[in-house]
Amino acid sequence: MNGVQFDALREAAPDGVACDGLRVEREANGYVFETPEETRAGLDAAAFEATAAANPWFVSNWHYWQGIEDPARRAYLRWLERADEHGVRERYEALATGVRREWGQLGIKAGLDGDGERIYELRHAADADREIDALDVRADPLDAREIATEDPKGRYRPLKTAPTLRRGWVFAALDGRDLYRAVDYFYPATVANWFREREGDLDVTHYRETATRQTGIYGIVDGLAPEAVGWLAEACCVDSQCLKRREWDESEAEALGVPRGDGEFPCREPCSLVIAAARKLTLLEREGTRTYEFELTPSEKEQLEALVDTVAEGRIDDVREADLGEGANRYRTRFLRAKRVDGEGRLCGVPTREDDRGEDGGDDGERED
Amino acid sequence: MPALVVVAHGSHLNPGSHAPTFDHADTIRASGAFAEVREAFWKEEPSFREVLRTVESEEVYVVPLFISEGYFTEQIIPRELRLEGWDVAAWDSDGTSADHATFRARDVEKTVHYCGPAGTHDSMTDVIVRRAESVTGDPDVGEGFGLAVVGHGTGRNENSAKAIHYHADRLEAMDRFEEVQALFMDEEPEVDDVAEFFESDDVVVVPLFVADGYHTQEDIPEDMGLTEDYREGYDVPTAVEGTRIWYAGAVGTEPLMADVLLERAADAGADVGEAVAAVRRRTRGPEPAAGD
Repeated sequence: MNGVQFDALREAAPDGVACDGLRVEREANGYVFETPEETRAGLDAAAFEATAAANPWFVSNWHYWQGIEDPARRAYLRWLERADEHGVRERYEALATGVRREWGQLGIKAGLDGDGERIYELRHAADADREIDALDVRADPLDAREIATEDPKGRYRPLKTAPTLRRGWVFAALDGRDLYRAVDYFYPATVANWFREREGDLDVTHYRETATRQTGIYGIVDGLAPEAVGWLAEACCVDSQCLKRREWDESEAEALGVPRGDGEFPCREPCSLVIAAARKLTLLEREGTRTYEFELTPSEKEQLEALVDTVAEGRIDDVREADLGEGANRYRTRFLRAKRVDGEGRLCGVPTREDDRGEDGGDDGERED
Repeated sequence: MPALVVVAHGSHLNPGSHAPTFDHADTIRASGAFAEVREAFWKEEPSFREVLRTVESEEVYVVPLFISEGYFTEQIIPRELRLEGWDVAAWDSDGTSADHATFRARDVEKTVHYCGPAGTHDSMTDVIVRRAESVTGDPDVGEGFGLAVVGHGTGRNENSAKAIHYHADRLEAMDRFEEVQALFMDEEPEVDDVAEFFESDDVVVVPLFVADGYHTQEDIPEDMGLTEDYREGYDVPTAVEGTRIWYAGAVGTEPLMADVLLERAADAGADVGEAVAAVRRRTRGPEPAAGD
């Protein structure tokens, strides 16, 4: 507790103070100072100050939280230190060594500054145990934008909540406002929506409603059948692809039979990536099926299945160069191409269409980015 | 103190698309004119749908970092922000004269001052001039120089060409450059034949695009004959059919764009204090030539 905190408490006392078990009032016969352990009343100014000095955590705790008005930010920062689960003394003991929480791939450690208020450390959750000297130390929360732009391989991340955040950085000492800003730059709007959900106020917009709202080149996405919407969610929205927990479905009445995910923060409507994917898939889904006849060995059929699986799971880079046991091995795949794909790129030389011009089905010529 | 939200297109594919938006937002943030400054995107996050809930202020100025009035500024953005009662008539615009209008958003308890896009504000003309100064390295550029303002010119939105003509006319009236021409990527007069439209030996070419990307870095340099292959780059200036072409790249990357965003908000009633003057001062610095 410092002088500023105590002066603020004394000034606030006439209006009454109540925070995490601390109650302070100024009555006709003096101050009241109550903690979960004791109630002291009728205190004169000196006794009031002495009592506050004997309970510094309660005073600095009150001072910290009374300075945070925005309800979402306040709720989030309190969640970070498990304020709803533990009393002030227990929490301060934990904060002294740091209280850790994970938010997507972010690891956040709440701690105390010298006067009993809060300081936060933010890093990749997988870097939790790394020495700070081994990390790139950042101070400006806006740096989150740059860190979040590319994945560890330098590829652009169009989806902020994809589980591809790069490691190796740390914001060593942020105040609550800057921590909140940094989190919102890593995972925009996730705290706002998490807070709404906690308050029972999350405004979910389901696929069909979102699709109906679209215009322009996205106007067609309402043509995607409910079954395909399920495949779309399975393709784009499960935990391996996005850390948000999907709360939208085909419609209010019709749930999608796809895992929603275990994320801490909700996804309240299909995002722009899902809608852009839906547009392409709507076009492709307009094609009817045809019967083709291919000559493949059983191993070649399995190899094609392994290729689909490896690409879908993003495991291409895990297949070792000399591991010919893997269907998606590059040499195996080049062998398959040499053997089974003709000079025009056709599997087993089988024409794709009757006129066999090899054009890309479902391309309406619109360029998207 | 209110918040400023800059809304822009963004990209699923190009990581450079958001850079001008972030840069200009940073400039305005540093000016201290707003309690918060937040960026939102059609293709990135936060989305237009969710940006308002990320700001704490109850009063929000929203400025589109778009070049023209049309589909995005009149339909998409107001719809996605959920502006209650939005009607494009509120701007009373002839296609280049949008100002601002005030609404409530349906999903948040906030007052939203929705401003016209940066691209059709009068001060955008100054940004084009500043871009010409930047690319030539000459703060007095004009004498002996032609200036081409280049737009997309798609038939889908007539206002797209209007914005280009609007600034070309204003630049012409400034009587600073020898000649001024509005040119387009896919309609007449085409940027491909840039040298034919000018008598001056030197021509500055400024594309009215927000961000550098496919059009400004690949299409236009190749179409004008600055390079056979954009990956090999080009010099500034490059001589094409006897005319020295000073290709400026996207006007939206010019630091002075921050001033346009601020002025849009100020026109809508934001008390930005000395910020406009400060931003104008701060953004006047030596700029590397585009295309290096």
